[in-house]
Amino acid sequence: MFDELNDLYQQVILDHCRKPRNFHELPAASRSAQGHNPLCGDQLKLFLALDGDTIEDISFVGSGCCISKASASLLTEFAKGKTKADVEKMFGRVHEMVTTGKIEGDVGKLAVFAGVHKYPARVKCAILSWHAVMAALHGEVQPVTTENEQT
Amino acid sequence: MSVSKNVDWLALRKDFPILDQQVHGQPLIYFDNAATSQKPRVVIEALQHYYECDNANVHRGIHELSNRATSAYEAGRARAARFINARTAEEIVFTRGTTEGINLVASSWGAKNLKSGDVILLTEMEHHSNLVPWQLLAQRTGAKITYVPITGDEGILDLSKLDSLLTRQVKIFSMVHISNSLGTVNPVADLCARARKLGITTLVDGAQSAGHMPVDVQAIGCDFFVFSGHKICGPTGIGVLWGRQELLDAMPPYQGGGEMILSVEYQKTEFKKAPHRFEAGTPDISGPIGLHAAMDYLDAIGRDRIWKHDQELANYAYEKLAALKNIRLFGPKTGRAGLVSFLLNDVHAHDVVTLADQAGVALRGGHHCTQPLMHRLGVESTARASFYFYNTKAEVDRFAEVVKEIQKFFGQ
Repeated sequence: MFDELNDLYQQVILDHCRKPRNFHELPAASRSAQGHNPLCGDQLKLFLALDGDTIEDISFVGSGCCISKASASLLTEFAKGKTKADVEKMFGRVHEMVTTGKIEGDVGKLAVFAGVHKYPARVKCAILSWHAVMAALHGEVQPVTTENEQT
Repeated sequence: MSVSKNVDWLALRKDFPILDQQVHGQPLIYFDNAATSQKPRVVIEALQHYYECDNANVHRGIHELSNRATSAYEAGRARAARFINARTAEEIVFTRGTTEGINLVASSWGAKNLKSGDVILLTEMEHHSNLVPWQLLAQRTGAKITYVPITGDEGILDLSKLDSLLTRQVKIFSMVHISNSLGTVNPVADLCARARKLGITTLVDGAQSAGHMPVDVQAIGCDFFVFSGHKICGPTGIGVLWGRQELLDAMPPYQGGGEMILSVEYQKTEFKKAPHRFEAGTPDISGPIGLHAAMDYLDAIGRDRIWKHDQELANYAYEKLAALKNIRLFGPKTGRAGLVSFLLNDVHAHDVVTLADQAGVALRGGHHCTQPLMHRLGVESTARASFYFYNTKAEVDRFAEVVKEIQKFFGQ
């Protein structure tokens, strides 16, 4: 019945949604940021343990739809061991990919989110954790929201 | 025998051109009626006729078209009065919708009648439109807001607390008639009677009731009643505020401008009486004309019959969903209005709605503009199917099948 949806709910996404990775608090965190998607009620909190500009460890907790949970889970897998500049660069690529479907450069496993652009209402779900990680890296204390995201 | 047997419900579907289409290759099943209803051809034609034949600005016009537009606009007001059994058409104020109606009362009546220490009584199941205007008023005046609590997931008002909440400090009790998130039908006539004994002014939010059941504001015994046109087969952008004449006449203007004045000088203005006092500027003229056609259409079917049909569908859907595993249902088990709110275990409402959409079923998922209620229930959102008279049991069957498939998709 839902064959058309395989683009959106790829197996990797379903897997990370059911069994999110790095899904716990992080006592050693030096930074954290909250992401809130008021439309859906998605609430995420990201924890980062930074060593200079390098993300030594990263985790998240919260509740949300399949897309937002899988996005946060895959983000934490990607970001572990990366630098602030790496994550910023990938944010740009992911943002472009989920809003237009275009993949520029190597996005690795995150390519599973390319199908999201066909579902305008769900772009916010995919990008929420990325806004939160950017806020954490920039030391912003206010929770981020996707309400102003143009989709 | 059910009253609904007297109506050929399937034939009525032909009055709604929009229903005859496929979405994602599947026949459209429109179950988002609590958000907005579809429009029958007679309403679309009334709008078209107005713009093709009668369009002109209303009131003060001397020419023929203006006379026609004015008389059609005011005929809409008289029709709205009959629709809810108001005493006179002068008690009908046209607004943009339910939200503006409540804002008007909170701003105008509230500013004049509330002071620091007074209490605004609401219920825990209110839509944001019946919460935020009162919070703004409370901030301006120093009044406090208290809430009639609900029981758990069944979402019925816990009236055992009402006596202790209906204190002398309460100046207004504003309540929803039918909850858009739960389907609860509140005993508004009883609540208004109890408030009236204490001299408390009452407002009933009829957004979900006006087009779905017979409404008689005099029988309800409220002081204000508000509803929207677009949820009752009318156009968007038009709504009705009904208020008792003596209350409306004593209220200061809401907005200033043309149409609402008797005379204007550089330093002062004399205002018209209600309802024109509250209709500043060129109004939505086509709105009441389309709404008039919608009200005629609904009452030709009979709102008592529509109500029975709504309830039959809702009960049928509730039973079908209740038979599934791993599902949580919200709202009363019996006596519910025409909607069902639910959550599948471990599946977010937006995932449910995205999948249902793929199968042609239009649901709504989210907080339904009742965030405090969602938090009270301990959830972030629900998925909701809401029905109207053009929906069928066959559509509910298909919807229940789709929900089962969604559960399978997510491995339940």
